[in-house]
Amino acid sequence: MSLLSTRGLSKNFAGLQAVQNVDFDLPEGQIRALIGPNGAGKTTFVGMLCGRTTPSVGRVSFDGKDISHLPAHKRINLGMAYTFQITSVFANLSVEENVALAARRRLVGPEVTAHVQEALQKVDLQDRLDQRAGDLSYGHQRLLEIAMGLVQNPRLLILDEPTQGLADSEIEAFKDLIRGLVPQTTILLIEHNMSVVMQTADMVSVLNFGQILAEGTPAEIHANADVQAAYLGTG
Amino acid sequence: MTDTTRMLVLHVAVLAALFALQFVLPAYHHGNLARIMVLASYAIGFNVLFGYTGLLSLGHALFFAAGMYGMGLAIKIYEASPATALIAGIVTGIIISLVIGALALRAVGIAFMIVTLMFAQVGYLTVLYFGEYTRGDEGFVIQQADRILWGIDLSEPTNRYFAALTLFSVCLLVTLRMVQRPFGKTLIAIRENEDRTRMLGYDVFGHKLAAVVVSGTISAAAGAFYGLLFGYVGATFATVQYSIFPLLWVLLGGTGTILGPLVGTLFMFYLIDLSSAVTSAYMLIAGVVLVALTLFAPQGIVGELRKRFWKGLP
Ligand SMILES: Nc1ncnc2c1ncn2[C@@H]1O[C@H](COP(=O)(O)OP(=O)(O)OP(=O)(O)O)[C@@H](O)[C@H]1O
Ligand SMILES: [Mg+2]
Repeated sequence: MSLLSTRGLSKNFAGLQAVQNVDFDLPEGQIRALIGPNGAGKTTFVGMLCGRTTPSVGRVSFDGKDISHLPAHKRINLGMAYTFQITSVFANLSVEENVALAARRRLVGPEVTAHVQEALQKVDLQDRLDQRAGDLSYGHQRLLEIAMGLVQNPRLLILDEPTQGLADSEIEAFKDLIRGLVPQTTILLIEHNMSVVMQTADMVSVLNFGQILAEGTPAEIHANADVQAAYLGTG
Repeated sequence: MTDTTRMLVLHVAVLAALFALQFVLPAYHHGNLARIMVLASYAIGFNVLFGYTGLLSLGHALFFAAGMYGMGLAIKIYEASPATALIAGIVTGIIISLVIGALALRAVGIAFMIVTLMFAQVGYLTVLYFGEYTRGDEGFVIQQADRILWGIDLSEPTNRYFAALTLFSVCLLVTLRMVQRPFGKTLIAIRENEDRTRMLGYDVFGHKLAAVVVSGTISAAAGAFYGLLFGYVGATFATVQYSIFPLLWVLLGGTGTILGPLVGTLFMFYLIDLSSAVTSAYMLIAGVVLVALTLFAPQGIVGELRKRFWKGLP
């Protein structure tokens, strides 16, 4: 059964069709990569899933329930978590408090501390608890974003270009990390790094000019001529 | 000792010092400090919204006046007892802040400032319009006979000081506790990054509305106490000036600090008091000092202390 699906989902920005009529189904327990050239509409699309962006038309359902009219915070409370493409941590708060804010929505008291430490351990930031988040390096802020997603223990984790700005060793660790999350967590991963896509995703969806261009296994997508054309800009 | 208890001890020590001070202060300063504690409570209310939630209201005089008139009119028209009148003032504050919050929070940023300013202006004009009951600009006095709460005469300086200290202590401890609890921490998160907070699953509008109500209610309580303790209710307290005062006090003392409102109110009160003793152009001196402070201590007095010496200060 699909954990998440969309029907006819579209978004116009003053004449620009950023996302056009997308029908999308994401089965529970899958790692799905969403790829596509810059400006293809990936961020806009996932923004409409979690309620950050209001669709022009179309429906979104989660766990069999139509959530098209729910505000963002209610969707998140149904078990979605979203990490931002443009790093958006609480710069003036400590690393610990950043993750604690994400944890406190579902946990209370000492449980918060335990889960915060566990999440930070997973991204190897456990030694930086007291540091101001804004003082972290860019890569570490990305990892902090991921920890904030993990600690919510979501059913659906939406990651918008999480490996951007990470060092090679951190990218390897990231691959292991998300493979370890399924099948309890379903993952929708926007990713430009093809090695991450190839080695983690069960299925890949390609978005181009706001439309789904192709869907298939990583190997199928890799061999797809249309996809190659889109990426090379000749399509 | 955990951080939380250490902070509680520090703040209780400040309250204990205020308690002790009243035995040693000369009458003049004794009276001033009672007034300062009530006004600082108002500043604490303002700070909940401005300092901790990041929402700048330019209409807080509406809440202060709501408490003051809710209390005053209950006595004047319904001959209520002081306790009932205080409750009437606070309840008026709750209702008004709930309504104003629900309406004004539809606006953001500058628009929120303008809308709150406008609502406060409406409040001021309402006071004038119902001059028959409120006596308009002139205001009305609350007789000594109406200021005896549970047999305690609140017009008597020592009693008045204790009443002011009680109000201030409650406001201080409530907000201290608030910022250490998830609710207050969520308000801080909204101040720091509203979009992110929403995308962590928090109901941002609901939290902001709650912040307006907490802030408005504390402000109203301060207004109600002010009228009762000093025996006068007047339209001046509903003017723009009284919306700007708490902003200045909080900026001077330290935005988003628990002790900042007290320090800022104390500082400004005595700055004007001392400079007016020296020259009739006292606002000039006050202005220069304020500008200097903003330049050299942009985070306010307590804010700078926190930055330099005491990182964990709430
Ligand atoms: N708020 C907005 N207002 C107007 N146009 C927008 C807005 N957000 C996105 N767009 C436009 O919509 C299109 C899709 O943008 P989007 O950010 O979704 O692409 P993307 O696939 O995430 O790109 P990237 O890989 O660079 O992150 C782009 O042309 C972008 O300029
Ligand atoms: Mg994007």
